[in-house]
Amino acid sequence: MLNIPCPYCGPRDETEFHYGAGANIFYPEPASATDEEWSKFVFIRENPKGWHAERWVHSAGCRRWFNVWRNTITHEFGPTYKPFTDQPKRPA
Amino acid sequence: MSNVTFKFDGVDYVGQAGDSLATALLRNGVLHFTDSTYRDRPRGIMSLWVDEPNALVNVDSGAGEPMVPATTVEITEGLVARSLAGIGDLPDTRDISRYDRAYRHADVLVVGAGLAGLTEAKKYADKGKTVIIMDDQPEVGGHAKQCGEVIPPELLASLALENVTHLQRTTVIGTYDQGYAVAVERRTDHVSSKVSTDVARIRTWHVRAKHTVLATGAFQRPLVFANNDRPGIMLSHTAATYVERGVSKFKTAVVVTVDNQGYTDAIRLHKSGVRVLAIIDIRKKLSKASSKSARKPAEKLGIRILKGATALDTNGNLEGILSSVVVTDPKSGLNETISTDLLAISGGWTPTVHLATYIGIKPTWSNKRAAFIVRSKVKSISTVGMLAGDFVGLEPAVYFGPELDETQALVAFVDHQRDATLRDLRRAVGAGMVSIEHVKRYTAIGTAHDQGKTSGTLTMGLIGNLVGLAPDEIGSLTFRPPYIAVPFAALAGRERGLHTEPIRTTSIHPWHVAAGAPMEDVGQWKRPWFFPKPGEDLHAAVLRECRAARNGVAVMDASTLGKIDIQGKDAGEFLDQIYTNMFSTLKVGMSRYGLMCGVDGMVFDDGVTTRLGENHWLMTTTTGGAAKVMDWLEEWLQTEWPHLEVFCTSVTEQIATVAIVGPKSRDLLAMLSPGLDVSKEGFAFMENKYADVAGIPARIARISFSGELAYEINVSAWYGLELWNKVMELGAPLDVTPYGTESLHVLRAEKGFVIVGQETDGTQTPDDLGMDWIVSKKKDFIGKRSFSRSDTSRPDRHQLVGLLPDTSEYVIPEGAYFSEEQHKGAKPPIPHIGYVTSSYFSGELNRSFAMALVHNGRARIGERVAIGTETAVITEPIFVDKENVRRDG
Repeated sequence: MLNIPCPYCGPRDETEFHYGAGANIFYPEPASATDEEWSKFVFIRENPKGWHAERWVHSAGCRRWFNVWRNTITHEFGPTYKPFTDQPKRPA
Repeated sequence: MSNVTFKFDGVDYVGQAGDSLATALLRNGVLHFTDSTYRDRPRGIMSLWVDEPNALVNVDSGAGEPMVPATTVEITEGLVARSLAGIGDLPDTRDISRYDRAYRHADVLVVGAGLAGLTEAKKYADKGKTVIIMDDQPEVGGHAKQCGEVIPPELLASLALENVTHLQRTTVIGTYDQGYAVAVERRTDHVSSKVSTDVARIRTWHVRAKHTVLATGAFQRPLVFANNDRPGIMLSHTAATYVERGVSKFKTAVVVTVDNQGYTDAIRLHKSGVRVLAIIDIRKKLSKASSKSARKPAEKLGIRILKGATALDTNGNLEGILSSVVVTDPKSGLNETISTDLLAISGGWTPTVHLATYIGIKPTWSNKRAAFIVRSKVKSISTVGMLAGDFVGLEPAVYFGPELDETQALVAFVDHQRDATLRDLRRAVGAGMVSIEHVKRYTAIGTAHDQGKTSGTLTMGLIGNLVGLAPDEIGSLTFRPPYIAVPFAALAGRERGLHTEPIRTTSIHPWHVAAGAPMEDVGQWKRPWFFPKPGEDLHAAVLRECRAARNGVAVMDASTLGKIDIQGKDAGEFLDQIYTNMFSTLKVGMSRYGLMCGVDGMVFDDGVTTRLGENHWLMTTTTGGAAKVMDWLEEWLQTEWPHLEVFCTSVTEQIATVAIVGPKSRDLLAMLSPGLDVSKEGFAFMENKYADVAGIPARIARISFSGELAYEINVSAWYGLELWNKVMELGAPLDVTPYGTESLHVLRAEKGFVIVGQETDGTQTPDDLGMDWIVSKKKDFIGKRSFSRSDTSRPDRHQLVGLLPDTSEYVIPEGAYFSEEQHKGAKPPIPHIGYVTSSYFSGELNRSFAMALVHNGRARIGERVAIGTETAVITEPIFVDKENVRRDG
């Protein structure tokens, strides 16, 4: 059970959250997106070994979405950041 | 010590309070404990604790427990247990014991209260940290205590500090990310053999600790030689401990050892009055230190020592109990058979690495220690004691057993519970397997109750011998929680019966229950399935209910539909993005049906949304989809369009909805709300009006999910039951008929209305459902771009069609796959072309009908399909009132 640092509520158990896949996947302008750009947005997600910037929503808490760095090997959490704010540096 | 009487295999025994069942039985002279599962070989107690592979029992007293090692059962007055040959059985009575759960945060969790764990606990406790120390045994002190060492009093004193929580009989069964651990604390079984209803029998602990110390110790390992499984053969530490506890069955002993532990235990046996006939030491030469600390003291006691020799085989009496051991040394040509009661094996130590491997820390092989040890590199986890390789003065040889011929290998047991032998390992290797993961699955080694606690390292060592690799080159030991078998009841805690899951009911629910309606579970909701009159079954009730809806007036509780209140100046623009059709142009007071898609263009949810005011909307969702839709809306608002001023609030529970349905619903509404203009012109389809209904303030919407003239009356949930009662009372002259979810389904299917989740499974576009009409060509919306992808736009996708079986009584099972007619009655495999999504018997049509998704379905209308030996014709997916005339009454 992960202990997830909600930037609004503080650390909480994983069961209060839903995962929202990778962060910083930008919604392309649908009308002008090529098939390739669009399918990349819909289907293609990174699956890195190590640090991964991802989205979570605190569904059973403040209901707010946020981004956070998580290490997919150690499950360690790095810095969190709110949507539309600058992404903090990838942790070492 | 007070005496305790207990029953085992139908015989009464007397033991001493504090004895384990294993100790008490051995004290009573029980050596032959059970017979093995597959080979029927006599077996006895081999070990001290949860690593015991042979002595499994069924506890029949108290709450009962189907399969536990006798070594872990503490005897109590009146305990009833019986031996098992590998297969346990659950009690057939309901367990009325209490189980509960505790959650705790701590600075430090220490697992294991042996010397190493206690030392760590004191270290952190002295710094003022909050410490939880958990140990699975009845007594604090671990191995040291068992060996009669004095535990330093200052270590024990620290357990009493205010910042320390100390729990014995508490097994950590799982370790997880970020310092999370789950443990089970056995609280009553050692006190009484009776069922405990006022004190929790087992408490499950959920601990989150900033730092975890694993001090889980080690289990002694057996050796693999021929006939190594007889009663009378034990691990040496086990044997010495039992003898010290007063087991007097053994007069003579032979110890076979790979390390200095064998000497320690031989001396312990000797001091307890057992004549140690020989110590067979695999090692020819010892270090100076070992000679001095181990060999010399044994020689001084006059114990014969056979250097460089090994146990090869054993003999038994008629019952199969150990009578002698065959000792060899191929180099010196020694081959001697020594008669003995007890053969004590010291095959080295296997650290308990389980909890470390659960969190992904890999054990490493240490040749010096002949063991897999764990040195944590993770900052928040430390390992200490034997687990970390603290093997002071043991100096083991890396040795797992002697060379054996095929006949001997057949009775040289590696995993006693699975009756798996050295010969099985040879066959696995012969079949090309080397990796422990493959061998495990081929031989079933490590898959029994003890989960490889005794056999894991042995297996890796023996395979290594066979293929010429070191044990760690065979793979790595992978264990998974739970560390021991745990009753489901302990994990469930108090979430049993009615408390298993939250139950959601509408404000009208008590009426449905009183009416005797069977309930259908829709998510967590209880919805009435149908309302049987005396003597009616489902079929008869549904025919009657549908007849009322089509010809008279019927009433349904629609309160479970998800409802989301949406406000803000940009709500219309937002809904245009969420729904495939246009909402921003909707007039205030009007409702519109809408379809939502995911970004992949697949139908995701549907429902009617009403514009209550210029900037105020009420969305309805499917009953099961409400939470999912709410999350979806928030996701887009927060992460894509934060500039939109839109606020969403769930109001599902706040509003009760009563749908009145059928040609006479207008008459009923007029009776319920006398001042209201209910005329066709005055109250248009999809229009909403505010009025008092039976004296209750209501919003009435003229919408229909059956195709009939219908109204949905929405009131505050507080008035739901009152409204329903009034509808039933005033509607009685019109024979108003309540109906449930089954009739709801039949009515909507007759009209060709889809249910998201029944006609769809997340792979249907609106066009697949024949709902292209609801997809706006003018504006963008979520998922639209995906419609022009090549796979979504191809013309031959699975499309929604109707099916009319040729046998008009035949209701095709939902989910049934079917093929082209030419395959009627053919033997599989048959290429299928589609599957049934909804299927009912229709009173209106006086025949069965179905909806189905069919490959290139719309082009196949008119063709026949075969469902086994039955046939049906493909039709359009609409069966009643294609012209939409009935909705106006």
